[in-house]
Amino acid sequence: MNGNRSATWIKTINMSLLCFFAVSIASAAFAEKSDYIQPKLKVPAKNALTPERVALGKALFFDPRLSGSNWISCATCHNPALGWSDGLPKAIGEGQEVLDRSTPTILNVAYNRKQMWDGRDRSLEDQATGPIEAAGEMNQDLGLLIEELSEYQGYISLFESAYPGEGITEDTISKAIASFERTVIATESPFDRWVKGDESAISSSAKRGFHLFEGKANCVACHQNHNFVDDGFHNIGLPNSDDPGRYTFVKVKVLKGAFKTPTLRDIALTAPYMHNGAYNTLEEVVEHYNQGGVDKSNLDPNIKELNLTKKEVNDVVEFMNTLTGTHMEITIPRLPSF
Amino acid sequence: MCRVNFAKSCLFLAAISMSSMLSAEEHTIEQKDKAFVLSDQKIETFTVNVGDSISFKNQDPWFHNIFSLSDISTFDLGSYPKGEFRTVKFETPGEAEIECAIHPQMYLVVEVKE
Ligand code: HEC
Ligand code: HEC
Ligand SMILES: [Cu+2]
Repeated sequence: MNGNRSATWIKTINMSLLCFFAVSIASAAFAEKSDYIQPKLKVPAKNALTPERVALGKALFFDPRLSGSNWISCATCHNPALGWSDGLPKAIGEGQEVLDRSTPTILNVAYNRKQMWDGRDRSLEDQATGPIEAAGEMNQDLGLLIEELSEYQGYISLFESAYPGEGITEDTISKAIASFERTVIATESPFDRWVKGDESAISSSAKRGFHLFEGKANCVACHQNHNFVDDGFHNIGLPNSDDPGRYTFVKVKVLKGAFKTPTLRDIALTAPYMHNGAYNTLEEVVEHYNQGGVDKSNLDPNIKELNLTKKEVNDVVEFMNTLTGTHMEITIPRLPSF
Repeated sequence: MCRVNFAKSCLFLAAISMSSMLSAEEHTIEQKDKAFVLSDQKIETFTVNVGDSISFKNQDPWFHNIFSLSDISTFDLGSYPKGEFRTVKFETPGEAEIECAIHPQMYLVVEVKE
């Protein structure tokens, strides 16, 4: 009996060793489908997620009184009806000023290791007060904002229930906004249903597109895992860009004109594309990669001519269209008025 | 820094390599799954002796670009693909922070001991 048991035991070890090798061989060539399953979100210990914090952050996110003109809110540019972006090639801020870069979605920013196109902010808490103070964006003095918010009993109670005893400060404003952003997470898409085993969830064109994405088109060199990012920075050879990007902060040659790899979740909802709004459609984007970039002066070496046929280009687009999640219902908060 | 003082450091290098000829070691650290890896273990610190060198070998199917802007060591190894490596010799005691420019989550502190 004993001998029998240890024999089975050895067999199990052998089996798992075999499995182990099989898996490592497979993953050398292709990502596993399970890599595309959304992991549990990590929330910083100093700002645990509570419904009160999310409610406060949501109010602040939608409140135009956070801007100097009392006219622009975070949601003006990060509009939930437009995939949490603005549908513009470049953002428009205070005084109708056109900014240098496009508005990225805030969908899944909670998973980012770095924030902003050039990665200048580390956490959502670091980022949140940046746009409030930026002259071009919301142009609001934080001291004045804190005074303004303190005039509303409604805000005083929202802050008190979210961060008891901490008051209305830069810290609590940032933490509350970050908490709300942590709830803006991609919802289940047809692609996710396919990954989980529903073969009929996406078309055969989209399936071909996915295999091209991981294979011949090599998109997966940069757009990886559930959020389709590598937390990395690349110059993909866009036309009409003299923006130094990441190089402003890290003086290494490869980073001249390099920007953060953006998520592809809900990508069909957030045209135009790229940090400079260079392309209006996903087809144009894939054609860009197909020709190995346009301005090749400091091209990331992962970018090469792809020789995709017209049909293959369409397949990759078709695949990206399956990354649109189910409609996330957003209720607009009633903001404190006294 | 190294490159500016190239001639000087060559002399210096020659002197060092004579004195530590027997002890200078060559280490290999791999880049795998966007991490610095030594015998299949992710590492964040590594200790070497003055005169030792480290070869940074890319084992990922995409490019990495290892660099350091530390006081004791300034280099940019450029971008190179899977299977290739570049070697750096550490001449000055102290700490070097080594990163990948493309993937800033890749971070390694090399402690160089006298
Ligand atoms: C005028 C339009 C505008 C307003 C208002 C605005 N943003 Fe943005 N947001 C942008 C632009 C443009 C960027 C990219 C800037 C860059 O990378 O240089 C950005 C980037 C971000 C990012 C980083 C996303 C990523 O993927 O890296 C976050 C998070 C964010 N904004 C949140 C906010 C919050 C919170 C507010 C309100 C406090 C806000 N934004 C107000 C236009 C705006
Ligand atoms: C070398 C890394 C790399 C490769 C390979 C790559 N991308 Fe990208 N992708 C990026 C970066 C970086 C950006 C943002 C560039 C910018 O705005 O300067 C981007 C932007 C995009 C965008 C626009 C996202 C937005 O919100 O504006 C789409 C869509 C996209 N890529 C799809 C693809 C597809 C499809 C492929 C394969 C054919 C691919 N990418 C290959 C790095 C890469
Ligand atoms: Cu890297």
